[in-house]
This record gives sequence, structure tokens and C-alpha cells, in this order.
Amino acid sequence: MTDTREPARPVRFRGGGFAPRPVRLAGPAVFLVLVAAWEAGARTGVISPLVLPAPSEAIGALVELWVSGELWEHLAASLSRLLLGWVSGTVLGGLIGLAIGLFSLVRAGLAPLVAALFPIPKIALLPLFIIWFGIGEESKVALILFGTLFPTVIFTYGGVDNVDRTLIRMGQSFGLGWFSIVRKIILPGALPAILSGMRVSSAIAIILIVAAELIAAERGIGAYIQIAGSLFATDQLIAGVALLSVFGLTVNWLIARAERLLLRWRP
Amino acid sequence: MQLRIEGLSHRYGDVAVLDNVCLVVDAGRIACIVGPSGCGKSTLLRLVGGLEEPGSGRILQVGEPPKRSLNPLTYIFQDFALLPWRTVAGNVSLVLEDHGLTRRDREAIIGDVLERTRLAEFRDAFPRQLSGGMKQRVAIARALAVRPAVLLMDEPLSALDSQTRELMMDDLVDLWKRENLTGIYVTHNLHEAVRLGHRIVVMSRRPGRILETVEIDSPVWDRDASDPALETTRRHLWTAMRDEARAVDLELTGD
Repeated sequence: MTDTREPARPVRFRGGGFAPRPVRLAGPAVFLVLVAAWEAGARTGVISPLVLPAPSEAIGALVELWVSGELWEHLAASLSRLLLGWVSGTVLGGLIGLAIGLFSLVRAGLAPLVAALFPIPKIALLPLFIIWFGIGEESKVALILFGTLFPTVIFTYGGVDNVDRTLIRMGQSFGLGWFSIVRKIILPGALPAILSGMRVSSAIAIILIVAAELIAAERGIGAYIQIAGSLFATDQLIAGVALLSVFGLTVNWLIARAERLLLRWRP
Repeated sequence: MQLRIEGLSHRYGDVAVLDNVCLVVDAGRIACIVGPSGCGKSTLLRLVGGLEEPGSGRILQVGEPPKRSLNPLTYIFQDFALLPWRTVAGNVSLVLEDHGLTRRDREAIIGDVLERTRLAEFRDAFPRQLSGGMKQRVAIARALAVRPAVLLMDEPLSALDSQTRELMMDDLVDLWKRENLTGIYVTHNLHEAVRLGHRIVVMSRRPGRILETVEIDSPVWDRDASDPALETTRRHLWTAMRDEARAVDLELTGD
């Protein structure tokens, strides 16, 4: 029943889009263009060296820091505080979060407390921690522990709450013991959320350690930035900030690797 | 082992879900429970499996389960309930790990049940890599691994597409033939019920009561989907169920 005299045209395509796809090199390109423009601005005098030193000068400061050997001292000081505080905060937070997720009484008792303490900017507590634990390492580690504890608790018990209940009933229906259910069903089921929590808590830990070192430390990246700032050595300041950025990126990359390894079962 | 349900009633808060349900499942027979959605048939199964406590009435295991049985009352779930972070073999292994078996015994059982469900070559695959039918076969393998005395099946084929469902029904018929299983099979699909059940129990809408019981004595492996006698039974069951299903339909829209 086709009428050949009727005009025929192809159906117009109107789907597509709204699906992000990876575009290689776009990210590095933006970064390079920005740095190049900045360098050019500094060389031509558009940007005054007092306001913002050229990237090459910051790199120079970084090389100097490396050659003098101070780089490792600062990095080691920051890293050891960070690791100690973050690991203990994550372990403790994981245990508390698990307890909140598993026991109604613990949830009723602790969940409101966690909600009340989580939003406090922990850096405001540093003077208190210095009084309690002294000016040395302890107060900084305690600050990071305290800062990473709450997000870990919240992410962990959120993860436990979200474990598919049918899987738990399945475990019970096959006569699995309580510890087996927790270890083999609840913990792996909560792992994606726990890893998301680690992403957040690691960022918080980096912010807190630098803030603590800005206030009271002789060694550490924060201390280095603080000294540079008070001497108006802006090239060193930029070098320190760049170190922090690399630091954050590295941690992020490590967690992404861990996710890919531990969550390869995910669809 | 025989299963006897006596005067079972159950409620969730103010809502009565089951009302005086009595049912006997003899050893080596499959009882199919059919009924409109929300009639409490899944609740009945959870009560039988000990996952919920009955409000009143009793569920009795008559006779001892076989000594070899690791988990006498064993479920097969509608949505398979496989751990996504464990492989096919790992999912079967899960239900054997708490029974004090040696590693070698466990491996032997896993190999055996995967062989029986034609999954041997997929033992290291993750659930996400499997089709729906394969996932349900893993769940069946897992159930067989604990040597159940009674299988409790909660709409095991409802999450599958109709072609897979046909294939799986043949698999189940094979299973009944080989293993001489006792079971309760909950479904809303009357075709499944008349193909797979020896006793078919029609339940009313909430609170669920037993409206009618039909016995089909022919062995399941001799049944043919086009058998006019089965079709007559199916029509009869549908007549018994239709008004209930319609009433449920109106109830839900009137909510």
C-alpha cells in the first residue's frame, strides 16, 4: 500500500548524548595550557613576581628543597603523622560503625553523638589537643584520628545498613553462624561504602595535617609552607602547595587501585 | 521426612496474613502453593523455614532428617541470593564452611553439585557474568550441596524470562526424578504448578486461607504441557483463584 508519490525522508536521529565517555589527554592539556599561560605572564611581566612567582621558580624551589635533603624530612614528618592518625582513625571508626550497624542499642546511643560531633571543624580543637597531648606528635595524630573517625563511622554503618537483607536471610536459612554472617556477608557487602569513606577521610586527613602543621610544627609540609609564607618566599609556598596536590592525587590513585582490586566482583 | 503444618495463623501488627492454614507434605512429594499476590504464600514459606516465628499454630517435622543432611530445610530464593563477591564455587562453598568439613570434603561436594547442575566449567565465574538461568542453577547447586530433606522454593522461576523458565522447568523435572525430593514450591504461575507439583494448594487473598487442594498423581516426568487433563486442572485452579486475584487487584487500586 505504499504510495510512491508521497515524499519519503529518513527518520531524524534524536538520541545520543548524556553519556560521558573518556577523552584522553584533555585533562593534562588543560593543565599544561594553564601553566604555560602563567609562565608566559610571569616572564612578560603581566604577573608581578611578588604576587605570583613563575612556575619555573616554584620548580626551582622544589629542586632546592630536594637537593638540600629537607624534602624527605618534611615529607617523612607529614607522612608518619598522617599514616598513624588515619590508620587508627579508620580502624576505630570502622569498628564503631560496625557496632552501630549491628546493634540497636549502640546505634541508639552513639548515632546522635556522631551526628553532633561530625560537623565540628576539628582544627578548632587543636589548641585543646595541644593542652591534652602536648605540642609534639601526639596532638597532631590525635587531631587526624578524631577528624577521620567520624566520616568512617558514618560511611561504615551506612554500608552495613545497605547490605541486601535477602543475603543475610539466605545465610541464616543455610544455618550460618552469627560471626560467619558478619564476616562473609555483611563486611564484604559494606566494603564499597567503607572504601568511599576512606576516600573522604583521606582528604580530611591531608587538610587537617597541613592545618595542624601550619599552627604548630617545625617539620612537615605545612610547616614548610608556613615558614615560606612568613618570609614572603612565594616560590617556596607554591612549591609546598604543589606537593600537597601531588600528595592528594597519590592517595586518590591508591584508593582507586584498592577499589579496582577489592571490588572487581561489582557489575 | 514429612512436614506437617497445623492451624497456622500469622499477623504483622494489625494485618492478618495467614488464617488457620493446615497442610501436609509427604516425603518425596512436591506441594505447590498458588495464590494471588500478597496472599501470604511467601510468609508461609518463611515460617516453614524458621526465618519467622508463627503467631499461632505449629509447623512440625515428622521423622528424623537423613543423617547426611547438613541443612534439612533449605531455601531457593526468587532473586537467587548469591553473594556477588564470591565465585560460583565460592557461593556453594559458603554454605559448607560452617559444618566442620575438611577442605577435601568440601571440594568434593562442590565438584559434585556443580557437575549435577552442569556448571562445572563456570566454577570460577562471578555472578555478574552469569545469565539469570545460570544464577538460579548456582542457587540450586548450593541448595543440593547441603543435602536438604525438604526444599523450600519461593517463586524460583519468577525472575527469569519465559524461555529460560521453560528450560529451567525441564531442569527441575529432571531434579525431582533423580533426587526424590520433598518440597514446597510457591508460585503464582499455574503452568508451573501443574507441571511440577503433586499437591496443589490454592490460597485466598489476605488473610491467606486454603481454598482448595488438588492432587495430581501422575509422575512429573510423564507430564506433557499439552496434556488436556493438566489443562483442565489448570483451568479449574484458575477458576478457583480468579475472583480472589480480581479482588486483590481492586484492593490495591482502591488503596
